[in-house]
Amino acid sequence: MQGKAIKYGDNIDTDVIIPARYLNTSDPQELAQHCMEDLDKEFKNKVQEGDILVVGENFGSGSSREHAPIAIKASGISCIIAKSFARIFFRNAINIGLPILECKEAVDGIEEGDIVLVDTDNGIIKNLTKGTEFKAQPFPDFIKEIMKYGGLINYVREKV
Amino acid sequence: MGLTLTQKILSAKVGREVKPGELIEVDVDMVLGNDVTAPVAIKEFEKIGIDRVFDNTKIALVPDHFVPNKDIKSAEQVNIMRKFAKKHGIVNFFEVGQMGIEHALLPEKGLVLPGDVVIGADSHTCTYGALTCFSTGVGSTDMAAAMATGKAWFKVPEAIKFVLKGNLQKWVSGKDVILYIIGKIGVDGALYKSMEFTGNIKALSIDDRFTIANMAIEAGAKNGIFDFDKITDAYVKGRAKREYKVFERDEDAEYSEVYEINLDEIRPQVAFPHLPENTRNIDEVGKVKIDQVVIGSCTNGRLSDMEIAYKILKGKKVHPDVRLLIFPATQEIYLECVKRGYIEEFIKAGAAVSTPTCGPCLGGHMGILAKGERALATTNRNFVGRMGHPESEVYLSSPAVAAASAIAGYIVSPEEV
Ligand code: SF4
Repeated sequence: MQGKAIKYGDNIDTDVIIPARYLNTSDPQELAQHCMEDLDKEFKNKVQEGDILVVGENFGSGSSREHAPIAIKASGISCIIAKSFARIFFRNAINIGLPILECKEAVDGIEEGDIVLVDTDNGIIKNLTKGTEFKAQPFPDFIKEIMKYGGLINYVREKV
Repeated sequence: MGLTLTQKILSAKVGREVKPGELIEVDVDMVLGNDVTAPVAIKEFEKIGIDRVFDNTKIALVPDHFVPNKDIKSAEQVNIMRKFAKKHGIVNFFEVGQMGIEHALLPEKGLVLPGDVVIGADSHTCTYGALTCFSTGVGSTDMAAAMATGKAWFKVPEAIKFVLKGNLQKWVSGKDVILYIIGKIGVDGALYKSMEFTGNIKALSIDDRFTIANMAIEAGAKNGIFDFDKITDAYVKGRAKREYKVFERDEDAEYSEVYEINLDEIRPQVAFPHLPENTRNIDEVGKVKIDQVVIGSCTNGRLSDMEIAYKILKGKKVHPDVRLLIFPATQEIYLECVKRGYIEEFIKAGAAVSTPTCGPCLGGHMGILAKGERALATTNRNFVGRMGHPESEVYLSSPAVAAASAIAGYIVSPEEV
């Protein structure tokens, strides 16, 4: 996948990714309308299909609301690169089939607007604007399986 | 190498010794969802295409976030749960009138027990670790998969050990202990790890332990877990309707870090906006004026929290510039507060007392902040916009500090009122 980088800092919590006042719905398109709005009102205007979110430490901390990765995915983001993820956000993203990678060097080496190419199978991140390359931990096999089916539900449907 | 308490429980489930970092699939003893997360899970469950849940006694559905329903959309969400519960004969669906905030309700009903593996589509599912079980928050998709298969996947966590020493000072409670610890290690200080509490745990009541385990997630932890002792036993007895198993850590278990926590040294704590790690001793807070005080939530809505609020508020008046909202966490706690005369004193003092709900804790309803307003709450999160307008502020404290501050009109130590 390839896209333009949109960058934010550390400790972005689920309350700013999708505020609780919008949790009375679970419709992805409606959620996407409010994605990140308490952090960056411009997000919904600047995000384009395929863009890559580049963020700091502990991304997605706070609540277990799956509405957070759902809103991000529905807004068009194709992949998230973080220094680290909060653990429930991490599993929620995997479970809904939203690719995510942890790589501190890549986050430091990518600026807002850079064009980034990501190969999740091999954990390779390329900054095409700057001509640099970074290596992240590729997914373990079990997670690759879930991703291959496009998320946990499809995976479970195959197994039961 | 020995195993931590969490690794012990997971090993017993898998039937062999597990190693930190390893990905495992385990059978779960309880699967929980609320009115925010369960409707999403139900939608996902239906995509799997099977016509029954794995076990209709091992699923708990608790509408608590937006109940009694605040608007049409939230009423529709609960209706999805209600219909699903009927269709699948889910025993543990809790309607308004019987419900409570999920993390106070499940232990109270004896639905989570020592040695269990519990997942809940709510981050504060880690609360039940107070009862020496492995319980952790997951997402709706995990919940859906577990309702179908009875299983969940985990990465086996490493652990941080907290060895408690000494005793709590007057006016200091479990809330102060956990805020103190988060202030020390930070909001990602225990990321992906277990927090295991041992040492002089008898200095802590079961309610203190629930509060501490509840906020393990605020340090990024996968779970918080306490040793089992007489206090745990006394709580579980009379509630448990099935067998349970008591686990102990190995003497030679390996920990990524070990902290000694001297309970005697802990003063009442206050977390400043906008992160739970921004803690200060009450003596270093300065004069912070407040517009609203909230006493309740899955962190501090239990009977002992109500009792301390009662002791402080009895015969006093809430400051005229402050709105005090009190939320007993379950119907059982509410009823006990009525019987003991707490509610009468709360109302005489000028507080608004509500039926159990998450309500203001997540900025849902029943006490939303306007732009520029400031609240002191016994809840667990003070993120930007958590209780209302993005430019409002939330400070976190114990019920004792919250009740005292409601009288003073600014944040004070209970010693001062
Ligand atoms: S009381 Fe607050 S933290 Fe606890 S479950 Fe409800 S919304 Fe979540």
